[in-house]
Amino acid sequence: MELTLEEQEMAAGKYGKATQKAMEILVTLGDIYGAKRFIDITSVQIAGVSYANLNEPGLDWLAEMAKDGSVRVFTTLNPAGMDLEEWRKLGISEEFAGNQNRVIEAFGQMGVITTCSCTPYLYGNLPHYGQHIAWSESSAVCYANSVLGARTNREGGPSALSAALIGKTPEYGFHLDENRQPEVKVEVQTKVEGTFQFGALGKVLGDRLGKKISYITGIPKATVEELKSFCASYATYGGVALFHMEGITPDRVREIPSEISKVTEDDIKSAITDLNEDTEIDFISLGCPHASLTELEYIAKKLEGKKVNPNKEIWITTARPTKQIADRMGFTKMIEDTGAKIAADTCCVVAPIKGRFHGLASDSAKMCYYGSGRNKFSVKLMSVDECIEEALK
Amino acid sequence: MKLTGRRIFQGKTEGEALVTKDSISFYGGIDPETGIVVEKGHELEGVNTTDKILVFPSGKGSTVGSYVIYQMAKTGKGPKALILGECEAIVAVGTIIAELPCVDQIDVSKIETGMKLVVDGDNGEVEIK
Repeated sequence: MELTLEEQEMAAGKYGKATQKAMEILVTLGDIYGAKRFIDITSVQIAGVSYANLNEPGLDWLAEMAKDGSVRVFTTLNPAGMDLEEWRKLGISEEFAGNQNRVIEAFGQMGVITTCSCTPYLYGNLPHYGQHIAWSESSAVCYANSVLGARTNREGGPSALSAALIGKTPEYGFHLDENRQPEVKVEVQTKVEGTFQFGALGKVLGDRLGKKISYITGIPKATVEELKSFCASYATYGGVALFHMEGITPDRVREIPSEISKVTEDDIKSAITDLNEDTEIDFISLGCPHASLTELEYIAKKLEGKKVNPNKEIWITTARPTKQIADRMGFTKMIEDTGAKIAADTCCVVAPIKGRFHGLASDSAKMCYYGSGRNKFSVKLMSVDECIEEALK
Repeated sequence: MKLTGRRIFQGKTEGEALVTKDSISFYGGIDPETGIVVEKGHELEGVNTTDKILVFPSGKGSTVGSYVIYQMAKTGKGPKALILGECEAIVAVGTIIAELPCVDQIDVSKIETGMKLVVDGDNGEVEIK
């Protein structure tokens, strides 16, 4: 890579040790992926926040970086391993809470805005079309590249932090036009509706096409909630960081691919069947990716005045700013009076809940994947309404 | 015999090769507390990587893998150097933060388990003794 004078000085240690380490990481990545130069970025989103994933050595590394590191662009975090305020309500241990707080402090010390969310675009970390950013949460990367038309590679925690400390990223991958062109046309030949069906579509495409960039037709409309569920699932099952959806996503493509892949009603049904094990449900998870205000209002009105089965737990995960508005609007009380729990700052993928439950129901295909793989739960993918009914019965 | 590749992270070390033709997922694929490969069906399932020079085609899986490489290096578990066919971001970032010698663009088919290797991360070279 060719470095400017300032970049050379950063690499030589003139701006401190954290900046030097960050440059070492980014220059190596740039060299591996054939970048010629750095480009300025406008925002960063860092994953690898839960202490359950970082462990003590990961925290040590962050604390070392925090000694003299300071971010140069607007930076937010992915979900932590617990609700940072009401962790006791979720059955998190004192020890875990102490360690998790040290992680948040290290990020805060570097000037990171510590909103912990996988949907940063709903909370003020909102890039516009064409802006270069460095994000790491896979569903948010997919949403930013595809739905917003911003440009980011799928960063790991340390490379995203490095980009934040430098304010730049090496120019390769999805930052370049030529790497954003579709390779396969997808014709969706059935109606897809609701977060769980969009999640199922993401699984169909991810399993079938892997990382190939798709140009999807046949979806006349989609809500923000449906798109974030689709992005989460597509990124989980296919490792996908970018797709195009006719009439919905903003990137202009040079050519519509000649290779065609069709999705039928049977494909969607069989993806849902794949994610429905024969099991007794004792845990219901909504809000993967983080519930929007629209979703919290809907859930609150569905639950109001009812009681959750005392042998089951239902968590609705969201970001702190959404929870605060939900408090004001009375949604939180409507939800929590039933025995359901709103968990802010965290998510059921990264919280330490392995072994606590057996059967998981969720409207999120991503949650089903991690619930089964990481936490060894049996899983069921169902609509939001069905999840709520399951919690009550 | 000397094989020349590309430096990912500097440092010199020597040791015994542990070779696999399968890619490695450090997050979930190796137990960081023991250094043992735990991925089901992996060619090295059940094999301890500690103090070995791990030779493999490429990394895969979650980016949390970078922190697993760091964790193992700090606790003295896992491999002491990494040799790859093609390095990607997870392994590259892991070895940089762990400060573990790492060389890629090596024809890994030339190396067999048990061979004595000298790794020169500074110059991107691997010598088979």
